[in-house]
Amino acid sequence: MALLLSVLEQGMIYGILALGVYITYKILDFPDLTVDGSFPFGAALTVRLITMGMPPIVTLPAAFLGGALVGVCTGVIHVKMKVRDLLSGIIMMTGLYTVNLWVAGTGYVAIFNRETIFDNDAVNAFFPGAAGRLKTAVIILLITLGVKYLLDWYMGTKSGFLLRAVGDNDTIVTSLGVDKGLVKIVGLSIANGLVSLSGCIYAQQQRSFEISIGTGAVVIGLASVIMGTSLFKRVTLLRVTSSVVLGSVLYKGCVALAMFAGIDANAIKLITSVLFLVILVVSMDRRKGSLSQRRQHIT
Amino acid sequence: MRGNEGHMLELKGIWKNYNPGSVNELCLFRDFGLTVQDGEFVAVVGSNGSGKTSMLNIICGSIEVDRGQILVGGTDIVRQKDFLRQRRIGRVYQDPSRGTCPGMTILENMSIADNKGKPYNLGRGVNKAKAEHYRELLRPLNLNLEEKMDFKVGSLSGGQRQALALLMATMTPIDFLILDEHTAALDPKTAETIMELTDRVVREKKVTTIMVTHNLRHAVEYGNRLVMMHEGKVILDKAGEEKARLKTEEIMGIFNRISVECGN
Repeated sequence: MALLLSVLEQGMIYGILALGVYITYKILDFPDLTVDGSFPFGAALTVRLITMGMPPIVTLPAAFLGGALVGVCTGVIHVKMKVRDLLSGIIMMTGLYTVNLWVAGTGYVAIFNRETIFDNDAVNAFFPGAAGRLKTAVIILLITLGVKYLLDWYMGTKSGFLLRAVGDNDTIVTSLGVDKGLVKIVGLSIANGLVSLSGCIYAQQQRSFEISIGTGAVVIGLASVIMGTSLFKRVTLLRVTSSVVLGSVLYKGCVALAMFAGIDANAIKLITSVLFLVILVVSMDRRKGSLSQRRQHIT
Repeated sequence: MRGNEGHMLELKGIWKNYNPGSVNELCLFRDFGLTVQDGEFVAVVGSNGSGKTSMLNIICGSIEVDRGQILVGGTDIVRQKDFLRQRRIGRVYQDPSRGTCPGMTILENMSIADNKGKPYNLGRGVNKAKAEHYRELLRPLNLNLEEKMDFKVGSLSGGQRQALALLMATMTPIDFLILDEHTAALDPKTAETIMELTDRVVREKKVTTIMVTHNLRHAVEYGNRLVMMHEGKVILDKAGEEKARLKTEEIMGIFNRISVECGN
């Protein structure tokens, strides 16, 4: 039960990260490695704000905005300075490592005795007694659903249409009289805002910040996106954003299963990458494959 | 012909060098000039490498020039960014996939095109009230697209997509329509259909049009001016009555002659 709850909680937290990765990888066709830095950035910002005594609810918008700013930086490096997409992400990811240490103060910060979005007077009064075990999962569910519906709504706006268009065929964005570089920057900023928000919730669920949580974050996100979108491709009732969140929960389930089977905890990153490779091979969503599909589209 | 009013387009003293300073240096345009009057429908022909598509790219801002002026109604736009210029330009490409979004539906594609010139804000992307109006626009195409409003454009044929692209490029008020070999990737029958559609749209909208084509018959049959380009120069320019008297064979003859002179 505790294991299942933990899988659900972490799966949904990483589901928000996966929604961000979905925007960059699937919509913008931009493999954004900034994620490895923006996820712990959200966590670092959160522990800093909480140790400063800020009300925990403030950390959510703060982390989103902070992450959005990080995304703008990646976008400006790529669009304005014309640095290749992968390199822009690597530059940001590497630089953020130091920024995250500055923001958090050190590489490990615990917030055990502080109020969080899961543990404060209002929440505790709402979940008395035994229900308290479920409060974290319920709150995460509410936030994740809220983010999902907001993203669905945004994708249906004119601005969201441009975002979809720029990944689909950026020539048409120019034809519409819009600066396609600006649209990419907006997309990267929303994506990294979500990733940072995910880091914010993760830090409060774990009640700590650790500098190494960023390592492999982008891989977890990509694995969730690819797993979710390919597994639930044919479920027409399910929106793609829901598939992505479900993919993340499933992915966390797979990792938990491996740990449950007795694999050494130190092997977690290796499991992460091998699992990702397996998902790529099984779903055929490898770079070459998807490109040739796109060519077939044209002819 | 009308004078210097409206949206007359003038290319003046255009210089364009490709790969300057390298062994592959190629000077395409040396002091190139062309004036297109308001309301003209110009067909541009010429062999590969004659500079036709480069000229369109220069007008649209897709490539920068080394020197020269691009005047629209007397205002120089040569320093203006491509996306700003294209607010007043509709463009259809040779590749049908460049004028539409394959991952979006017909309705979504038309909605996004209909919003050109207005802000792309947080308003609803699809205006349901206008769906019927879009169907009305599609009906005359006789491609049955009005029944497929919720189909992804990527699932349509090249001809259907090109018809949609042409419609999308001309939905909002524009000063120029730029057609870049827009029938070249289509089968002969579809090419004829698209060409007839083009002619109808140009007449209805009375929009100044520049059409690059490899189809000499299309160049002779459609439009009211024919320009032949060769090695970055205009070598033939017929308008009005003179153009109307042109025969495809005549153009073909000139075309073959310059090709022979070039040794190919």
